[in-house]
Amino acid sequence: MLETHETLKEGTQPGGPGVDKPTLTEREFTVKERKQWQMALRRFLRHRAAVVSLVVFVLLVLFAFVLPYFWHYKYTEFVSLCTQSNGLAGPCSPSLKHPFGTDSTHDMLAVTMRGTGQSLKVAFLIAAVGTGAGALWGVVSGFFGGFVDSTLMRLADLVLTIPSLALAAALAHKGGGSLVLIGLILAGVAAPYVARVVRGVVLSLREREFIEAARALGASNTRIMFRHLLPNTIPVLLVNATLLIAQGILAETALSYVGFGIQSPDTSLGVLISTNQGAVENQPWLFYFPGVFIILIALSVNFIGDGLRDALDPRQTRERK
Amino acid sequence: MLVFVIRRVLISIPVLIASTMLTFVIVKLSGDPLTYLKTRQSTVSKAEKQAFINQEAHRLWLDRSWPTQYWHWISNILLHWNWGPPVTGHDNVASDVFTAFGITARLVLVSIAIALILAVITGVISAVKQYSLTDYTTTLLGFIFLSMPTFWFAILLKEFGLKINQWTGSHFFGTIGDRSIPITDHSFGGSLKDIIGHMILPTIVLGLVGYAAWSRFTRASMLEVLNSDYVRLARSKGLSPRTVMIRHALRTALIPLTTVTALDVAALLGGAIVTENVFQWRGMGTLFLTALRAVDFNVMLGWLLVTATIVIAFNLIADILYGVLDPRIRHA
Repeated sequence: MLETHETLKEGTQPGGPGVDKPTLTEREFTVKERKQWQMALRRFLRHRAAVVSLVVFVLLVLFAFVLPYFWHYKYTEFVSLCTQSNGLAGPCSPSLKHPFGTDSTHDMLAVTMRGTGQSLKVAFLIAAVGTGAGALWGVVSGFFGGFVDSTLMRLADLVLTIPSLALAAALAHKGGGSLVLIGLILAGVAAPYVARVVRGVVLSLREREFIEAARALGASNTRIMFRHLLPNTIPVLLVNATLLIAQGILAETALSYVGFGIQSPDTSLGVLISTNQGAVENQPWLFYFPGVFIILIALSVNFIGDGLRDALDPRQTRERK
Repeated sequence: MLVFVIRRVLISIPVLIASTMLTFVIVKLSGDPLTYLKTRQSTVSKAEKQAFINQEAHRLWLDRSWPTQYWHWISNILLHWNWGPPVTGHDNVASDVFTAFGITARLVLVSIAIALILAVITGVISAVKQYSLTDYTTTLLGFIFLSMPTFWFAILLKEFGLKINQWTGSHFFGTIGDRSIPITDHSFGGSLKDIIGHMILPTIVLGLVGYAAWSRFTRASMLEVLNSDYVRLARSKGLSPRTVMIRHALRTALIPLTTVTALDVAALLGGAIVTENVFQWRGMGTLFLTALRAVDFNVMLGWLLVTATIVIAFNLIADILYGVLDPRIRHA
């Protein structure tokens, strides 16, 4: 962009009267210049599964946050029950009126929309806070090195010696299971993983010339860390944040299942499955729909992450869990 | 080599000590162990109730400072093998923790073994036949397994096992507990069938947790090696594809898998919590959840100590194996 701008200035009034396009003909190659993000976008669009997943994911977000305004049942609203084969009133199976059926009180489609929304909120929170904290942790650790680095990384190793589900459950036990608290705890548990990855990137970046140049210009440590190192880790961070959304959804689900996650009356997909696990035989729709939505979210996000990794970080072939 | 091993073992010890401190703090933060007394309705007067609470707090050392409590806990384990009493009771929680650990260890180890074998086979195949139908299928399956909540799949599989039992009219798939209750057949063959029948479904569930990640990893690592210069050299000097694959490529590609497996042991132990809960095994997972609900701190401390030891031990083994397999690490 900068280059074209300068050539335009050198050339005499492009498009002006009497001058026929001097700028392009002066060059040997007339290849259109691409910016870094345009190249990344092209690579991403070439990953077909990722593009499809992105569409699916956008639809899921619309399903969770927009569709509730148009659906004629609310998740808080009580619905009338249906007559079962044994003559008693009970949950309705899926029909035109209730596409996902009902549980013993509510329309399941409305409840699933609400659950998907809450699960997505937790997942976004985990991804944002976990990546942010991990990035800070990794940049500080990698930049300072020496004692600071070994202390911070040993701390990360320590957290990783405890199964994250047990750690999150223990921390969430006293909290009362609000959405924000669960999100923050799971973000904290995920941060050491991000920190490790970011530190690795920073360790190689800080030996590069542009850091030396910044230092020679008298930039402070804080400036180097936040203006020079951190922006260069963004591709890695973006991939990690995406994968954290998938892991976050699954972690929240597992935590809810063992009883230390989000507590009712608030809900999430995990809460829905665990309350309905007994219904798998008689009212299978109560169990399958929320599960399918979790898989759809996690699967689409995992594929998007895969596409982003191909697009932003072509050298990194190592798989992350 | 010996120096390398000794150095690694010595590094692990401070990590373990720091880990016990961290687990101690976490357990302290997880709640007040005497809540069950404080919230209980009782006929006795307030003063009497308070006196009893104080007495219990004193018995469990809860009225001391955290460092004192920590020292009391850890020194009792090291010197007397006393893992402390449960909140309600006087005996040693060590036996509970180790019984549960035996059950879980069986589940986790078998799962790891099966998952590793399958992951290496499918990972290598999809790397060698990159972009084939097999590759796409296993990749898609891997992604689906990575995206499935463990317990959802577990419940689904449990249901499937019950259906099969119904159709065949047998009780082969056990879906509750790790053994039948009561145990009817005490012969060796009968016991084996009973144990295997109860193990299959949980092992599949837990195995898939590891399999999904490891097969992807094997594929990536194998692809990297297959595109390297030395494999090209091995091919160009006329070695058979088989020799190149097994002796040259596979050996190198699998080295990083040891580390990844060791790092994932913690995740598998976490997965075991959920799996055991679904299949109602009385292993570590159930023990931890019950203990956490009651804030039975000595059980939780013991649990976390055992888990941390296992994870650190696995990391140590992976480190040493890495040294054995890759001379560059050993001599660095």
